[in-house]
Amino acid sequence: MYALFTVYPIYRQFDISFYNWHIFPGANNPFMGWSNYTAIFHDPVVRTAAFNSFLFIVVTVPIQMAIGLFAAAMLTDRLPGSMFWRAAVYIPVVTSWVVVSWVFSYLFASQGGVMNAVVGFFAGHTVSVNWTAQTWTANMVIWLLSIWKGVGWSFIIFLAALDGIPRQLLESARIDGATEFRVWRHVVLPSIRGAVTFVTVLLVIGAAQVFTQIFEITKGGPYNSTQSMMTYMYQQAFSNFAFGYAAALASLLAVVLFGLSAAEIRILRRQDL
Amino acid sequence: MTTAVEITSPRPHSGLTGLGPGLFGIRKRNRARLAVAIGLALFSLGPLLYMVSLSFQPNGGLLGATVLIPTHPTVQNYVQAWTENSFSRYFVNSLIVSIATVGITVVIASLAAFAFARYQFPFKEVIFYIFLASLAVPNLLLLIPQFLLMDRLHLLDSLMGLILLYVASNLPFTIFLLRGFFEAIPREYEESFRLDGAGTLRVLTSLIAPLSLPALAVVSMFIFSAAWDEFPVALTMISSSQHYTLPVGLADFIGVHTVAWGPFFAASVIATVPVVVVFLVSLKWFRSGVSLGAIR
Repeated sequence: MYALFTVYPIYRQFDISFYNWHIFPGANNPFMGWSNYTAIFHDPVVRTAAFNSFLFIVVTVPIQMAIGLFAAAMLTDRLPGSMFWRAAVYIPVVTSWVVVSWVFSYLFASQGGVMNAVVGFFAGHTVSVNWTAQTWTANMVIWLLSIWKGVGWSFIIFLAALDGIPRQLLESARIDGATEFRVWRHVVLPSIRGAVTFVTVLLVIGAAQVFTQIFEITKGGPYNSTQSMMTYMYQQAFSNFAFGYAAALASLLAVVLFGLSAAEIRILRRQDL
Repeated sequence: MTTAVEITSPRPHSGLTGLGPGLFGIRKRNRARLAVAIGLALFSLGPLLYMVSLSFQPNGGLLGATVLIPTHPTVQNYVQAWTENSFSRYFVNSLIVSIATVGITVVIASLAAFAFARYQFPFKEVIFYIFLASLAVPNLLLLIPQFLLMDRLHLLDSLMGLILLYVASNLPFTIFLLRGFFEAIPREYEESFRLDGAGTLRVLTSLIAPLSLPALAVVSMFIFSAAWDEFPVALTMISSSQHYTLPVGLADFIGVHTVAWGPFFAASVIATVPVVVVFLVSLKWFRSGVSLGAIR
């Protein structure tokens, strides 16, 4: 089953990417060689989409991990209402992307949105910023939503990792006169390195596939300026029916991601880190 | 886990602060941590509480609703959401797809994980690493070939097809987590069980499954919430509205009625409740079940 629905499609992906592919049965699908790939490098929207995806990874992954680790450090030891706080931090993870995309759109609505009311309160006059209709403010809304919804995931993994550190280990380091910073640097962080690697790799893979929140909030607009690799691929395949071109995009992204994951694992596994 | 630390700690009970040294030494800064916890909870739950609040406000007064407590609470939005747009059908579709995905994935993954944990067979580790490597293959990048495959199999626009794709995409991670958990179960239990004449199937159903209940509960929660929330694949594979799942239905809803925020948020709340309930129920097993230790 796995072979049928995952391994075979991987092969098929590369196969299709060399054709000018049509979905209709019996259609003539001319072999294109590498031309789908060369076209990618001349497509300005690909450049925007790649840049946006890259920026999305660079912005959301470190912030999610930092807040997740911070929250885990705060909630790992016993605290009144421990279970409640932990559940609260994780709940955004199980909510639906479509739902929360619209909740955030509403929060940032140009007319009567909460964010404009807040900004207006501090500015002293009413403002009506159209957050989701301008490239950079729209990107910001998308980042904020993604961080908000993603924190809980790295949180529970860091929580499990921090729970597993024997507290005596920390205690003896402190008795030896280590500062809090040194305890974290030399005892805590090395103990959770596996979790850090795991979270980094999976978050980057997830972030590179950012789709629903962009599809729902901006549809990639205005003028393709908030397009990500996935939303652009989707548009090419299922709106423009350029399946070969979209498959080439996907193949290229898959290769880049695979290399990226391998590099991350290498760097994070290094003993001297 | 921390319980071991707490038991061996010489420090006595000190009210709410728990036992023994914590991550931050003896001064555990409980008050500061509590303040941070409240902040985190507000950050996480705020937007959702706002959504709940909006769903109870009359649609007309919605834009500009910056108050959290509705002044004129109404359930009109819920009535409208549930009766219009065949929303109840999307809800049932999502239930069918999510429950079937959980059931099939857990059964297949348990069998596979048990084989990986207990048996030797040719290329065992190679096969396992191929599974693992597929965690690094972004699922969405397979959208196009999967679409063409489902077209060929005549499973486009069918819930069955959607279930098959969800099962396939959830298998690797589930097998990975369960293998670690099964390996931690001492073999001696199994041997004494087999001495009493139990076959492999009995071992699985009467010994391994009850012992792994926490792990099975937690992976079921992960799979359920993934299937319940999944959007891009469903959007691509499902074309007729009678087969929409909740995310696709909700996205369609907002497209048709761009101004009907009240009913939309009511529908969103209805769509969010089941997955939150499943999560809260699974919390009971989280502590012992998340053998995320396998990751460390």
